[in-house]
Formats: sequence, C-alpha cells, structure tokens
Amino acid sequence: MELVTPGIGLLFWQTVTFLIVLFLLGKFAWKPIMTALHERETSIESALSAAEKAKLEMQALKADNEKLLAEARMERDKILKEASEAGNSIVETAKLKANEEGARMIEQARESIENEKRAAITEVKNMAASLSLEIAEQILKRELSDKTAQHTLAQDYIREVTLN
Amino acid sequence: MLLAILLQAVSEGAGLGIMGAGIGAGLVALGAGLGIGRIGGSAMESIARQPEAGGKIQTAMIISSALIEGVTLFGVVVCLLIAIA
Amino acid sequence: MKRLFVLLFSFLTLTVYAEAPVEGGEFQPGDMITHHIADDYTWHFADGVVLYLPVILVDNGEFKVFSSHNFYGENHETVPYNGYALEHGHITRVNEAGEPLEGHAALYDFSITKNVASMFVSVALLFIVFFIIAGRYKNNPKSAPRGIQSFFEPIIIFIRDEIAKANIGPKYERYMPYLLTVFFFIWFNNLLGLMPGGANLTGNIAVTLVLALITLLITVFSGNKSYWKHIFATPGVPTWLAPIMIPVELIGILTKPFSLMVRLFANITAGHIIILSLFSLIFIFRSVAVGPLSVAFATFMNFLELFVALLQAYIFTLLSAMYFGGAVEEHDHAEDHH
Repeated sequence: MELVTPGIGLLFWQTVTFLIVLFLLGKFAWKPIMTALHERETSIESALSAAEKAKLEMQALKADNEKLLAEARMERDKILKEASEAGNSIVETAKLKANEEGARMIEQARESIENEKRAAITEVKNMAASLSLEIAEQILKRELSDKTAQHTLAQDYIREVTLN
Repeated sequence: MLLAILLQAVSEGAGLGIMGAGIGAGLVALGAGLGIGRIGGSAMESIARQPEAGGKIQTAMIISSALIEGVTLFGVVVCLLIAIA
Repeated sequence: MKRLFVLLFSFLTLTVYAEAPVEGGEFQPGDMITHHIADDYTWHFADGVVLYLPVILVDNGEFKVFSSHNFYGENHETVPYNGYALEHGHITRVNEAGEPLEGHAALYDFSITKNVASMFVSVALLFIVFFIIAGRYKNNPKSAPRGIQSFFEPIIIFIRDEIAKANIGPKYERYMPYLLTVFFFIWFNNLLGLMPGGANLTGNIAVTLVLALITLLITVFSGNKSYWKHIFATPGVPTWLAPIMIPVELIGILTKPFSLMVRLFANITAGHIIILSLFSLIFIFRSVAVGPLSVAFATFMNFLELFVALLQAYIFTLLSAMYFGGAVEEHDHAEDHH
C-alpha cells in the first residue's frame, strides 16, 4: 500500500515548489513570452493587412491611371476628329469661295466682254456712218465729173458695205 | 489442467492472491486493448473518410483513449498492490 | 542525439546492475523494483556514487536536521541515529537499544528525499531554460526565434492554440500560466525520471496528487453560475431526482482530478516497472544470452516511454484545460447541456 500512500514530506515540498515555480515562471517567463508572441502576431497581422492595403491602393492607382489614359485617348481622338472636321470644313469653304470667285470673275469677264462688244459695235456703227459719209462725199464729188463712173463706184461701195 | 493449477494454488495458499493479481492484470489488459483498439480503428476509418478533419479526430481519439487508460491503470495498480503486498 | 540515448540507456543498465548485489544473496526483482520506484533518503547514481541527502524531521514541534549518512554504517547497513532509525524506507523513533518506540506525538518527515532533490533539479532546469527564452523574447520580440527558443515556441503556441483556446474559449489567457507550467513540469520530470539514476518523481502519488488538487481548486474557483447550476440543478432532470443527482455530480467533480492523479502516477510507474522487469530477466535467468534480448526490449520500451513522457504531459494539460473550459463555459441554450 506504500505505493499509493502519499508521503507528507513530498506533498509539502511539491506544493511549495510547484507554487513557487508557477509564480516565478508566470511572472518572469510566460508573461513576456505570451506578450511577445502576441505582439509579434499582431505586428505580422498588421504588416499583412498593410501589404494588402498597399496592394489595393496600387490597384486603385492603376485603375485610375488606366482611366486617365483612356480619357486622354478619348480626348486625343476627339481632338483629331475635330481637327480633321475643321480642316474639311476649311477646304470646303475654300472650295466654295473659290467657286464663287471663279463664277464672279467669269461673270465680270462676260460683262466686260459684253461691254467691249457693245463698244466695238458702236464703234463699227460710227465707222460705218463716217464711212458712209465719206463714201457719200466721194460719190458726191464724182457725180460732179462723170455720171457712169459715179454709178459704178456707188455700186462698188455698196457691194463692199454689204460684204463688210 | 486449470483445475489442477487452482487446486495446487489453494493447497499452497499464499500464491492464490498473486495468481489473482496476475489474472486481473491480464483481464485489464484485455479490456483496455479491446477498448483502445476500437477507438483507434474507428479513428483510422474516420480519418480515411475525412482526412481534413484528421487533427480533431486525433485529439478526440487521444482523449477517449486516455479516459479508458485511466480506468485500466486503476485496475493495474490494484493488481500491482496485491502482487507486491 | 541517438548515440546519446544509447549511452544513457547503457548507464541505466549499469545502475540496475549496481543495485542488484546490494540485496545480498538471492536476487529479488520485486524488491529491486520497489526500491527503485519508491522514494529514498540517498541518491544512488552508481555503485559507490551516492549522494546523502539531508533529513528534516519535525518531532513534537521541534526541527531536527541531519545528513542521511548517519543512518548508514560502514558496510552500507542501516544503523539507528539519535533516537531515529530507517525502517523499510521510513524514519521511525527507536530507543537506545534500537527497538521501535511507540511515539505519542506526531513525527513529521520533511526530508529532502531523492524525489525532492530531483524536483529541485528539474525546477532549476525549467528556470534556466525558460528565463533564457523569456530574455530572448524581451530583448528582440519581433525577430524570428533562434536556438532553444525555436524548439519551445511551437510547443508553447500549440498549448495556447490547440489546448487552451480550443478547450477553454475566450477566457483562456487566465489559465495559460498554469497550463504551460504544468505541461513543462510534468514533461521535464518524466524525462528526468527516464535518465539513468533519475528519480521516479511523476510516478509518485504525492506529486500527482498535488498537481491534480491544484487543477481541482482552479476548476472549482473559476466555476461560473451555469457550472454550479449544472451540478445542483441539472437542466432537464426532474427535481425529485436531485437527492441522487447532486451526490453523483459532486463525486463527478472529484473523480476527474482523481483520474488525472492515477493516470499520470500509474503510467510513469508502470513504465519504470516494465523497463526494470526486463532488465531483471537477465538476473533471474543468470544468463548472458538473455542480455541482448532483454536490452533490445528495454530499449524499445525506453523509446516508448519517451513518447509516453510527452503524451502524459499533454493529456494532463489537455484534460485540465477541458475541466477549466467546462467551468467557465456559458450555457446560453437550453439544448446545450453536457
């Protein structure tokens, strides 16, 4: 029965020693160890969450950049489109203007030609009148000298006049 | 045969207690072996079925084995006391 | 490391061999084993290497301190000293002639026995190891663990996460010092007990009784309202059963630490007995041929005991944590009993 009879000496020493060990280890070993483990875990956790946050931020930044890029691209396209449209319109107006100018010039030319023509006709008429007057003068002069000659001459002149 | 041994033990007298202790220890080992064997077998089956729950099953297995072992060792201690005393 | 173990075990053999002839005449394995697993006033490392430990007696309220060397004569036989004598491993009062005396006043024995001395060694070891580790944590808490720190850190984290957090719940932090201390105390002492010349400390009922008692006290004092309600008015049990249920539950409180006590004590003692019995076979058969077989079996058992040393520390800590968890658990749901 001795095997299962606890001796008072060992009971006493075990109780005292174990409580001292519990107190000392609890105060000077487990406390700093648990705190350090906890701290390390929280620091690792916070580092991980910070990294995650940074990653998210990077993604947001990237998305922003892409958005900006897309916007810039769109802007460029718009500007290009506008520029080409402006160029087209300028060409168009220039063409229109040129056409108008041409038409106006043609009109002017036509008018001036008309005027020249009219002037020329007037001149021809005047010349014809003066010529007729001259002819008349000549005929009148000849009449005075020869009657037949006078007649042939008149005939000639008339012929000439009609031919002219 | 067994009767002869028993008779001899009775005639000698003193050895009977020690014999009882031996038989008791054997019975204790038998019971514990059966019990813990069943636990181990079932745990193996469960782990094979659900390997991802292996850790939990192992803990439960050790706890139940320890509970059986506690009773077993109680019996062993009694046998030991008879044998030594 | 392996070589070291082999060396250790060969020393264990030597110790047994050294103790065997002391019995004198016929070799008595039972006596040898009983002597080994019991406490002693001397620490017998090997034949001739003996540490005589101090004897402290409280006789009739009077302290008496002397060396246990006084109890041993020249031929290592026990002799009475100063009115006391060593009888079957116990100190008793004797008269001048050396005959046992019936004492009227109580004689209390607070000697530093082999077990107590071994416990002091283990405690010193615990302090050295864990103060070094704690210092490392204090000086550079955020760096990766190094040396023994990296060996013990996973164990500490295992106890915290798998034992305390899993079984106690959110209030686990209060119980961590006790769980860690009890785990390492039992483990270190189990391993020291396996050392050659080591004492069978954790295989002593007094030690396991104290450990189990502390677990019981912590459980009882941290029991909350629902814990006591489950004991004195178990939900779902009719009131007329209370006279039966209350004693059953109260006995249940006591059987838990009792099983803790017996489990640790019996496991470690059984391990020692098996190894010593295997070695005793050599002397029982008086044959060298049995030697290798016996040593091979004993070596195997020693490896098993190394595992058992860890397992028993784990079981004790785990079950303590479960009892604490049961005491602080909140039972919110009516279906949740057990």
